[in-house]
Amino acid sequence: MKKKFKLEDLDCAHCAAKMEEAIKKIEGVNDASVNFLAQKMTVDAVDERFDAIMEEVRAVCAKVEPDCKILM
Amino acid sequence: MTKKQKKMLLRIMISFVLLAALMVCEHIGVLPENIWIELVLFAVPYLIIGYDIIFKAAKNIRHGQIFDENFLMMIATFGAFGAQDFSEAAAVMLFYQVGELFQSYAVGKSRQSISDMMDICPEYANIEENGTLIRTDPDDVEVGSIIVVKPGERVPLDGVVTEGESLIDTAALTGESVPRRAAVGDEIISGCVNGSGTLKVRTTKAFDDSTVSKILELVENASSKKAKVENFITKFARYYTPVVTIAAVILAALPPLLLGGGWSEWIHRACIFLVISCPCALVISVPLGFFGGIGAASRIGVLVKGGNYLEAVAEMTTIVFDKTGTLTKGEFKVSGLYAENGFSQEALLELAAHAEGYSNHPIADSVRAAYLERTGKAVDLGRVGEAGEQAGHGISVTVDGKKVLIGNEKLMKANGINCAISKELKVLEDNHPNLVKSAGTDYTSVTESGTVCYVACENEYAQNEYAQNEHAQNEHAHFEYVGAVIISDTIKEGARAAIADMKKVGVQKCIMLTGDRKAAAKAVAGELGIDELHAELLPADKVARVEALLNDRDKKERLAFVGDGINDAPVLARADIGFAMGSMGSDAAIEAADVVLMDDDVRKIAAVVRIARKTLRIVKQNIVFALAVKALVLILGALGMANMWEAVFADVGVAVIAILNAMRTLRYNGR
Repeated sequence: MKKKFKLEDLDCAHCAAKMEEAIKKIEGVNDASVNFLAQKMTVDAVDERFDAIMEEVRAVCAKVEPDCKILM
Repeated sequence: MTKKQKKMLLRIMISFVLLAALMVCEHIGVLPENIWIELVLFAVPYLIIGYDIIFKAAKNIRHGQIFDENFLMMIATFGAFGAQDFSEAAAVMLFYQVGELFQSYAVGKSRQSISDMMDICPEYANIEENGTLIRTDPDDVEVGSIIVVKPGERVPLDGVVTEGESLIDTAALTGESVPRRAAVGDEIISGCVNGSGTLKVRTTKAFDDSTVSKILELVENASSKKAKVENFITKFARYYTPVVTIAAVILAALPPLLLGGGWSEWIHRACIFLVISCPCALVISVPLGFFGGIGAASRIGVLVKGGNYLEAVAEMTTIVFDKTGTLTKGEFKVSGLYAENGFSQEALLELAAHAEGYSNHPIADSVRAAYLERTGKAVDLGRVGEAGEQAGHGISVTVDGKKVLIGNEKLMKANGINCAISKELKVLEDNHPNLVKSAGTDYTSVTESGTVCYVACENEYAQNEYAQNEHAQNEHAHFEYVGAVIISDTIKEGARAAIADMKKVGVQKCIMLTGDRKAAAKAVAGELGIDELHAELLPADKVARVEALLNDRDKKERLAFVGDGINDAPVLARADIGFAMGSMGSDAAIEAADVVLMDDDVRKIAAVVRIARKTLRIVKQNIVFALAVKALVLILGALGMANMWEAVFADVGVAVIAILNAMRTLRYNGR
């Protein structure tokens, strides 16, 4: 399943790249992209565990960029 | 400004006032000489402005991320404190935060202007229920529903007008400023703005498949297809920070160990390195530049599907055109009537129009349209009797009870009709080779350029005989040659100027591919100023031809293919850059293409090239500028000739300048 999320307060392009890399490493994530300019994130992950994966994504993002919020 | 930015502004102001007061006090000597008291005093504005940086740095270290700009700023300012440059430490942090704020504001602004420009997404659709209008989410409207579009509203879904008439502003989609007329039966696409009249529209697509969703998706995905330059910067950034940081450590430790002493001086120099070590200026401004360029192109009605394509367009040296639909309109028009054997032109047209009365072939449409234009009368289908298609040749049909044959030379010959083209037509053919008789080509498959339709009907003698002998066979009926109708495709307006313009912007070679006969193609090519021509190609030949051209070209050259997408999707995909016609092309073509010309105007190609060049120029300026300033300050810093202020400028100052420069791409219109 592929889903798009809006991001708030994503302030640095550098962090966006780091977030993207970190999300891609989560198990079950097929692909992810964090678009700094559009302030959007696309996560493509396996269907069964999507919600659990999104929880992990949220944790990972908080680690990289504590200010940035994922609007779900 | 967002809440976060406002809060930061407040912190900056408080910190600035405090720091300024302290510095004034220091200057006039009212501060106590004790270092510790000074440290505590300067720590107040420093912490007000920089607490979050220290906090974040500490947090990131816990997460194992060391090379992070917060950490570097912390180390750098701590170093300044260590070197007892208290005011400098606080001021650098302040300046850094001011820069960050400005940067965040500038990025927010540019993001806003891009999204404003792309603000074509309709928010609601009006559905009429029991006489009242209900606002519904366009997502929930089913295909085939009737929606009401009021004046000034955005058309939410693609559909066909069923009631009302209005002028439609398509500027957001096509960049075309002249509004288009929409009346009952016309197709209407989502994203356009309705003018003065209320329209009722029967939707033909769900929201997800509608034009507006497709465009938004394309533009949003565009930034994920990165240009080479962008990838280079990403890679560069990955190495730049660690390298500069390691250099800083070496600079702090090695010289004092070798030369002995002077620790604070060398640590100070190392701190300068740390401040400059963030590649922000590049990491933000380069993608922003491309985003702006894509935005600028979409404003003139051209969708570029990624930064990589914009880059390729800037390097484009060869353009291959598919003739029909790109350089010519792909619309057939009657361009000549050659009546023979005493028939008048009107009689010829009338007969031809009625004979083609039931056909939906584009040629038939054009003949009927010409009849309507010339006589003001529509075809009376009551006069048309039984019709039979003779595949590859034409049609035989009864009009007013008389047998009429309309088709190519073969059809005439098969019926023993002498259709030798009169002298007049011969002359015409020599002068306008694109009006070539269609002998040898299939009547039904003639899709390009000049086509000759021969018309013949039963003569009086046959008529009489027919009346006498009911069982007379068609084949034995006697036909009389009535004349020929010439139908040709018209060259698009502005196509010539478009090609001249492309040459001006540096495209070296314009090549035309067509299925037309050579002579016809040559005339069109000559008129347009095409350099190279390949005629008489079957669709499959076109792919092979483009493949060959791709193999021939130099590595640095880029080849573009421009097609209307009707059976050339494979070529569009194969070329370095595929240009598709947005309003005429098929969905498959738009999908396969890299650049979509929304209003099918080939003149926009040169404008896109200009936008692409400008974008790349600005991006390169930013890279060179940022790297040069950084390198300069690094060298000066290592030699002890630069101070912390210059370092902060090299970091955030350069970033802000680069962002402002990148924003110029958005405003350029390619003229």
